[in-house]
Amino acid sequence: MSEILDSAKIKSFASILRIHAIQMVAAAKASHLGSCLSIADLLANLYGGFLRIDPKVPRWKERDFLFLSKGHAAAILYAALAEKGFFSINELQQYCKEGARLTGHVTAGVPGVELSTGSLGHALPVACGVALASKREERKNRAVVILSDGELDEGSNWEAILFAAHHRLDNLIAIVDYNKIQSFGSVEQVLRLEPLADKWRSFGWSVEEIDGHDHGQIAKVLGSLPFSAGMPSVIIAHTVKGKGVSFMEGKLAWHYKSPTAEQVEAALHELGGIA
Amino acid sequence: MRTAFIKQLCESAVQDERIWLLCGDLGYSVLEVFANAFPKRYVNVGVAEQNMTGVAAGLALSGKIVFTYSIANFPVMRCLEQIRNDVCYHLLNVKIVSVGGGMAYGTHGYTHHGVEDLAVMRALPNMNVVAPGDPVETRGAVKALLASSGPAYLRLGKAGEPNVHPTSVNFALGQAIPVRAGSEVTLFTTGGVLKMGMDAAVQLEAIDISAGLISMPSIAPIDRETVLRAARETGFLVSIEEHGPGGLGTAIAEILAEEEIVVRFIPIRLRHEIIKIAGSQEFLRTALGVSQQSIVEAVIKGLSLQGRSRKPQSS
Repeated sequence: MSEILDSAKIKSFASILRIHAIQMVAAAKASHLGSCLSIADLLANLYGGFLRIDPKVPRWKERDFLFLSKGHAAAILYAALAEKGFFSINELQQYCKEGARLTGHVTAGVPGVELSTGSLGHALPVACGVALASKREERKNRAVVILSDGELDEGSNWEAILFAAHHRLDNLIAIVDYNKIQSFGSVEQVLRLEPLADKWRSFGWSVEEIDGHDHGQIAKVLGSLPFSAGMPSVIIAHTVKGKGVSFMEGKLAWHYKSPTAEQVEAALHELGGIA
Repeated sequence: MRTAFIKQLCESAVQDERIWLLCGDLGYSVLEVFANAFPKRYVNVGVAEQNMTGVAAGLALSGKIVFTYSIANFPVMRCLEQIRNDVCYHLLNVKIVSVGGGMAYGTHGYTHHGVEDLAVMRALPNMNVVAPGDPVETRGAVKALLASSGPAYLRLGKAGEPNVHPTSVNFALGQAIPVRAGSEVTLFTTGGVLKMGMDAAVQLEAIDISAGLISMPSIAPIDRETVLRAARETGFLVSIEEHGPGGLGTAIAEILAEEEIVVRFIPIRLRHEIIKIAGSQEFLRTALGVSQQSIVEAVIKGLSLQGRSRKPQSS
């Protein structure tokens, strides 16, 4: 089984993940760093203790399934998996390199990855299938899906949201990384989601809203799952794109830009060290 | 064919508890028998094909063999990216079943015609593409798909197609099924036009033309050896399908080109156009050039071009 970290260690785990992501994206001259940083605290709590997983037996039948539906944040997921021991931390240097298996969007075949993602709106239906199989066979697996706010534009998600409530999948947990910025503008400007919590509620989900960077709130909300028996749970995590690096926070450009050597140095300084 | 399909699926599901069936709110008077016998392994997901395919992938990730079922394009094109990314990418055990392949829903109009499905499915890596020719092949196909792990597409007709094969056939994925021997031309069919091919071969025999007939339920992978052998033996191939470009005819042309085989080859298929008229399946086939008559005419024309003139067909 995976090691369960205490709260101080989870906080430093989040910083380690951020540092890995910054170094990986910079070395590969890749993008989507802002999207990685906004889920660092959520991932640190999930992999720091919530998920029932076994890095030595990635396909353990009783495990929880984590799906990163926003597959463009691959770098930080790979970092979490490597830190948990699914594969070597050294391999993170191969991210997006020629011939490497660590592609820029999440790719199955990498130990610990459950589903290749990248095209948005795919993972929630798949997670519904995993949760349904587990329910009908009275097993304990839970399915956790991290969604971006922008990908809630995809109709396939709303098909799955209907389905999960109808089938009373209380072993299904959606987490919305609600950083309010999508690919080409703010969510408010591109395609409004508000009132977002009410939408989920009206579809039959049990909803909690948290600050997605407050470790106390994250731990508490994860500890109270499922929120209601017989209902799927959604955590709407209010986050900041680029969180943890002052000059990246809240900036659309960091969906695309790769940091320079100076920017990497400044970012690592803010985060307090070298991974 | 759909009756043969559900019978075989129910029989297999008794033996194999991994088998699940999902439908997109279609299958009235067909699927009830499975739903009643195996309620824990059946879901009507509603009119939501993208979710249906994603849920199927999730079930398959949990070790199930999952059939998704709907009509014509709905389980194929509405959810094409789910098939590509969720199913094929992960080599998952999801079998997509479309009833009403071709123009079986003739009067319903173009939205309900599956006439590009073979091309689209054939383009996907890891996808077994199967279009049985009659109910006998359908049963064989279901068994073969269950025995083979991984993604598959099963294109069925509707109900009431006649059996062309008198008894069960030796069905294997990727293998052609010889139906009739012939020395002057080889007819290849895929899907429900098998009977049409048989009738054409019989009609040709009546005017002293020896036409072989081979059923090709597997389009991908395809039986290259059988195509090449027929090219060597008869030197004249005709493909027949209720489908536009990109299906069986294209697959055979690719084999011939890749092997640098020069033979006469006439694809009988739908033109590359939107079908804008109503009509029964039979009417539309004839109107759009996929008919017994068009096969016979193509064979006579092909043989005359090869200097083998024939007496005009008696009518």
